[in-house]
Amino acid sequence: MKQLMLGNEAVARGLYEAGCAFVSSYPGTPSTEITECAAKYPEIYAEWAPNEKVAIEAAFGAAMGGKRSFCGMKHVGLNVAADPLFTIAYTGINAGLIVGVADDAGMHSSQNEQDSRNYAKAAKVPMLEPSDSAEGLAFAKLAYEISEQFDTPVLLKMCTRVAHSQSIVEPAGRVEVSQKPYVKDPPKYIMMPGFAKKRHPVVEARLQALAEYAETAPCNRWERGTERKLGIITSSTCYQYVREVCGEDVSVLKLGMIWPLPKRLLTDFAASVDRVVVVEELDGFVEDYCKTIGLQVEGKNLFSNIDELSQNKVAAGLGLPVPEGKALDAAIPARPPVMCAGCPHRGLYYTLKKLKLNVIGDIGCYTLGAVAPLNAVDSVICMGASVSGIHGFNKAHNGATEKNTVAVIGDSTFMHSGMTGLVNIAYNDSHSTVIILDNSITGMTGHQQNPTTGFNLKGDPAAKVDLEALCRALGINRVRVVDPYDLAQCETAIKEELAADEASVIISRRPCALLKYVKHKPPLHVDSDKCKSCKMCMQIGCPAISFTDGKAKIDNTLCTGCGVCRQLCKFGALQED
Amino acid sequence: MKTKNIMIVGVGGQGSLLASKLLGKLLLTRGYDVKVSEVHGMSQRGGSVVTYVRYGERVCSPVIDEGEADFIVSFELLEAARWTKFLRPGGKIVTNTQNINPMPVITGAAEYPAELVKKMEEAGIDVDAFDALSLAEKAGSSKAVNLVLMGRLSKYFDFSEAEWMQAIDASVPAKFKEMNERAFALGADA
Repeated sequence: MKQLMLGNEAVARGLYEAGCAFVSSYPGTPSTEITECAAKYPEIYAEWAPNEKVAIEAAFGAAMGGKRSFCGMKHVGLNVAADPLFTIAYTGINAGLIVGVADDAGMHSSQNEQDSRNYAKAAKVPMLEPSDSAEGLAFAKLAYEISEQFDTPVLLKMCTRVAHSQSIVEPAGRVEVSQKPYVKDPPKYIMMPGFAKKRHPVVEARLQALAEYAETAPCNRWERGTERKLGIITSSTCYQYVREVCGEDVSVLKLGMIWPLPKRLLTDFAASVDRVVVVEELDGFVEDYCKTIGLQVEGKNLFSNIDELSQNKVAAGLGLPVPEGKALDAAIPARPPVMCAGCPHRGLYYTLKKLKLNVIGDIGCYTLGAVAPLNAVDSVICMGASVSGIHGFNKAHNGATEKNTVAVIGDSTFMHSGMTGLVNIAYNDSHSTVIILDNSITGMTGHQQNPTTGFNLKGDPAAKVDLEALCRALGINRVRVVDPYDLAQCETAIKEELAADEASVIISRRPCALLKYVKHKPPLHVDSDKCKSCKMCMQIGCPAISFTDGKAKIDNTLCTGCGVCRQLCKFGALQED
Repeated sequence: MKTKNIMIVGVGGQGSLLASKLLGKLLLTRGYDVKVSEVHGMSQRGGSVVTYVRYGERVCSPVIDEGEADFIVSFELLEAARWTKFLRPGGKIVTNTQNINPMPVITGAAEYPAELVKKMEEAGIDVDAFDALSLAEKAGSSKAVNLVLMGRLSKYFDFSEAEWMQAIDASVPAKFKEMNERAFALGADA
């Protein structure tokens, strides 16, 4: 039956139908729902791994063990998983292995806008790129066929607009695939130099075979136009924009397999039209390839390699009419994302700001501590970079900054790649102060479990990492826990740990206010007679507090009664019921 | 037929995903090709959010671009004003008149613009502005603003009440069904 399905859900459906039996992933927008949806099928074992490197290695182990496997991640996650990916390309697989990667052109929820297609080329593995949900489902199944036919991992590349759009799919049933026997094969699976040297030619020959496959693969589709004046080469969501703005007269070569590229098909297509334009988001990946094989094509001269494309941008690039709308002649204030009312990070960040500290930040909801009015973060790079970064920062100042600099990192991010940075602090002896913002969940990506929460992806109880014991075991002697709702306690702890002549970890512990099991207190109320309009309560950027007629006002529907603002009011105007 | 475009805009957490889910189901039962584009991740955290619903014979792009929207359904007044550029000439804005201050207004760095409905009308925009929040509260919950807005939108479509009810029942949890149906009816009668 036809139904609307999110692109990511459709990929999960494709995995299910193809007999996938093992999924290991790390959450990351816009990839997360593939794994969440796959986990709903009882036939699929699915887990959150601590990071993408662990996930892809686990998925490889399962594939080598004979079961069709998958691991999913966002584009920057593939950087973390790149090390195993490049060598799994050498060993090949046993049962099929798909690596799902979701790019975020436009950076809706990311720290950079890298183009994952470059990884397919660099790692010498095939990459499929669906353009809607139906292809998401179909390509997931196709990817397993290619994976097993050519003994290779296959990259399945999504982007925000394909991953997070619903379009029509027609699901089918699951085809069970029997587990392939595992046969010991050291020259194939042990990548030490003697064996790896023999595998590299295998990889190159496989790539040739895949390129030949791509020439006639049905996923590369030539939609012949009625005229020969213009031909467009495109893929993914850009194909949809092209089809939106170009009529039947334009020929389109729609690539479903983005690596390796079909040399003869591209050449024949280019010869069939007077002008060839490549429409692709971010890098001129296909364009550059076309030029290396001597084709005259246009692309990045018409379309920016910055930001995502859209139908209007494609129309403008092709010189077609662009619809215009009327902006209102009024100053419309921006509405940036904010920390939620009751967010446990708020009180902690207020204290960091009050103490005028350098704050080496990390990836998560708490990145929002960087925006007004808190403005409390100095740097954000990638998962784990706070804990590693503070060490180098303090060493660069010969320890002088150890008294006024902290690193902040979330519980899930600490599990992902903060631990190794902490080992470095202990081992190479900087007296750094690391604050773990433990809100008992992976928040930003929409509440996923992680090794510190005590539950697994399927919601079953699981082993729970004891953060205090872990930090001590890694070589940190000073480990203490604070409640971020208690401003005085936070301030004392931070001052004492900064003053200490050794490294310390402060665990700021309070579950995310949006978690269903978290009980909120009644909203606070304002005693208007006591309110002196000092606006101290406005310094924490709580969306539940505003000023009306010169007095503080609490939004009852938002306030969780956390009481952080009450501790700031010197006049006792903010009161609990 | 030409592809029709409905934008649903609001503030993260207001429930616009349910509205787009409901519209998607409704349009699918009529046999249209449908695409619904959602917002996930960081911008959900109290930020400005936008969802696109497109339907027709063959829908290609999952997003709506400037100058293309037939309808902009807005959960909040400032958000209606923010996205007017996406309205096509002759398009219509259906908006809740509720004001939710964004952080720059809360901190005093900016002001919430006054008389936005009047400004939109003066700019020649066809605006249907009404207090959906009060109607939602009357129906039983401030969270039912989405169904009040859907009720209001239904006045501009030729779907039968039975078709809407079927889509509502398929989109909301059974225990909130009656309240949501009440909210829809209040929006449709307003």
